Amino acid sequence: MNTIKVEGLVKTYGKVKALDGLDLHVEPGSVFGFLGPNGAGKTTTMRILTGLARPTSGRAWVAGVDLATEGQDLARRIGYLPEEPAFYGWMTPLEFLDYLGRLYGLQAKIRSARVKELIDLVKLGDSGKRRITGFSRGMRQRLGLAASLVNQPEVLFLDEPASALDPAGRKEVLDLIEGLRGQCTVLMSTHILADVERVCDVIGIMARGKLIVQAPRQKLLDQVATPVFEVEAEDADGLHTWAVSGRTLPWVASIDFNGNTGRILVKDRNLAKRELLPNLLQAGLVVNRYEELKPSLEDVFLHLVGEEGLQ
Amino acid sequence: MNFWVVFRKEMLEQWRTYKVLIVGAVLFLFGLSSPLLAKFTPEMLAAVPGLPAGMADFIPTPTVGDAITQYLKNMSQFGILLALLMSMGSVAQEKERGTAALILTRPVSRGTFILAKFAALKVTFVASLLLAALGCWYYTYLLFEALPWGPFLLMNGLMLVVFMVYVAMTLLCSTLVRSQSGAGGLAFGGLILLAGLGAIPRLAEYLPGRLFEWGASLVLGTDLTDWPALWVSLGLIAVCLLAAGLIFRRQEL
Repeated sequence: MNTIKVEGLVKTYGKVKALDGLDLHVEPGSVFGFLGPNGAGKTTTMRILTGLARPTSGRAWVAGVDLATEGQDLARRIGYLPEEPAFYGWMTPLEFLDYLGRLYGLQAKIRSARVKELIDLVKLGDSGKRRITGFSRGMRQRLGLAASLVNQPEVLFLDEPASALDPAGRKEVLDLIEGLRGQCTVLMSTHILADVERVCDVIGIMARGKLIVQAPRQKLLDQVATPVFEVEAEDADGLHTWAVSGRTLPWVASIDFNGNTGRILVKDRNLAKRELLPNLLQAGLVVNRYEELKPSLEDVFLHLVGEEGLQ
Repeated sequence: MNFWVVFRKEMLEQWRTYKVLIVGAVLFLFGLSSPLLAKFTPEMLAAVPGLPAGMADFIPTPTVGDAITQYLKNMSQFGILLALLMSMGSVAQEKERGTAALILTRPVSRGTFILAKFAALKVTFVASLLLAALGCWYYTYLLFEALPWGPFLLMNGLMLVVFMVYVAMTLLCSTLVRSQSGAGGLAFGGLILLAGLGAIPRLAEYLPGRLFEWGASLVLGTDLTDWPALWVSLGLIAVCLLAAGLIFRRQEL
C-alpha cells in the first residue's frame, strides 16, 4: 500500500498549467526526493497534498485519507515544513511548539515532554526562551522542522528544507532528516541534487507539471544516466580539432570542453569503451588522462529534464 | 474545534503586541477627558482675552448632557478608528507572512481561525470600553452628577455593538485581500459607505450609527428607541463573519 497516491492531478492558474496529470506513488517509510527545476510544480503538489490548495482535477490520497472527501482528517496525520516557515515573532520556540501541541490536543504532561524532546532534537535548547523574531534563517528552519514533527506525523512534507541555508545549516537540517528514516514517510522537494543524493532513497523527477521518472536512487543512476568519458589531452587545439570529426561518430552524444579536458557523453557505453581511446590515438593526440566517470544525479537530472524540455 | 486554544493565542498576541494596551489606553483617556472637556471648554472660551463684552453670557453653562455628547463623539471617532486599525491585519497579515499556512495545516478549521480572532478583539474592546466608561462615569460624577449606572452601561453596550460591526467588517476585508494596507483601505471604504448612507435620513435609522443616539437617549432620559438599527447591526456582524468564514474556506493559501 502506498502512503501517498496521486492520480492524474491537474492544477491550473488561469491559462498556466502548474500540474499536468501528475501521477505519484510513495511507499511507506521511504525518504522520497522530489526533484525538478523551478516552476516544475513541486510546491503546488505539496500545497495540494497538505490541503492548502485544491486540484483542478485528479485525486490524491495521503496516509489513507482521500483529500477530496476526508480532507479534515488529514491535519492530524501529516507534518509540513514550507519553504520559508513563518512564525509568530512574539512567541518563544517553547511557546510555539506548546501552542501546536495544544492544537493537536496533547495532554499537558505529554505536551511538555514532546516540546522538550523536539527542542533538544533541533538543538534550540539555548534559545528556547528567546523570542523567535531575532532568529537566523537556519534556526527558523530547524524550528520549522521541529514544528512539523509535533504530532509524530505519518507523512512529512518538506518543501526545499535546506535550499536557502549555508553549508553548516544545510548539514544540520539534512542530518535531522536522515534521522527520520524509518520513523515516517518523507516527501522532500528540492532542486539541490547533492541533498537528494545524500538523504533520499527514492527519487522522482518532475518537469512541466508531470513526473517524468520515479525510481530508487541507484536504479535511476544505473538506468538513466548517460555514460560520460573524460579525456585530458596534451594539446587543447588538437582535442578541439578531433572533436569536429568526433561529434559525427554514431555513438557520441555530445562533447564539451574545459581547456584541454574534453567531456564526452556517449550513447553506447560498450562501443565507446572499445572505440574512443583508439580513435583519439589514431588522430595523433597525446592523451594524459582517460577516464569513465561515475554517473551523477546531476547528469540524470539534466538528461531527463533536457529531454522533456525539447519535447 | 480548538476554538479556545486559538482564542488563548489571540489574547496572548494582543497582550504581547500591546494591542490591548493601546486600545485600553486610548479609550480610557477619551473616556476620562470627555467630561473634563465638556466642563472646562466653555470656561476656557470665556477666559479668552479680548472677548467682546457680553459675549461670555452667550456661552451656555455646561450640563451632564454635554459630557455624554462629548463622550459619544470621542468614542464614535476613536473607537471605530481603533476597530479598523486593530483588525485590518488579523487575517491578511497571517496570509502574507505565511503563518496562516503553517497553522491551518493543523487541526484548526478556518471558521475557528476567524471566530477566535473576532472573540479576542471583542474581549479587548469590552475591557477597554469598561475602562473608558469607568473614567467617564467618575469624572462626570465629580464635575456634574452621578449618572444612572444601568442606562449608562446599556449605552456603552450599544457602542460596543457598533465597534463590533466595524471589527467584523474589517475582518471580512482582511480575509478578502492579502495585505494589511489593502484590508485597511477596503475597510475604510466600508466606513465611508456607511457614513454616506447614514446621511440619508430614511436609511439612518437602520444603520449602526443610530445606536449612539439611542445610547444618549437612554442616559439623558429622552424617548428614543431604535431596535431596527440594533438588529441591522447584529445582522451585519453575523453576515460579515459568515462571509469571512465561507470566503476563507475557499481560499488557497
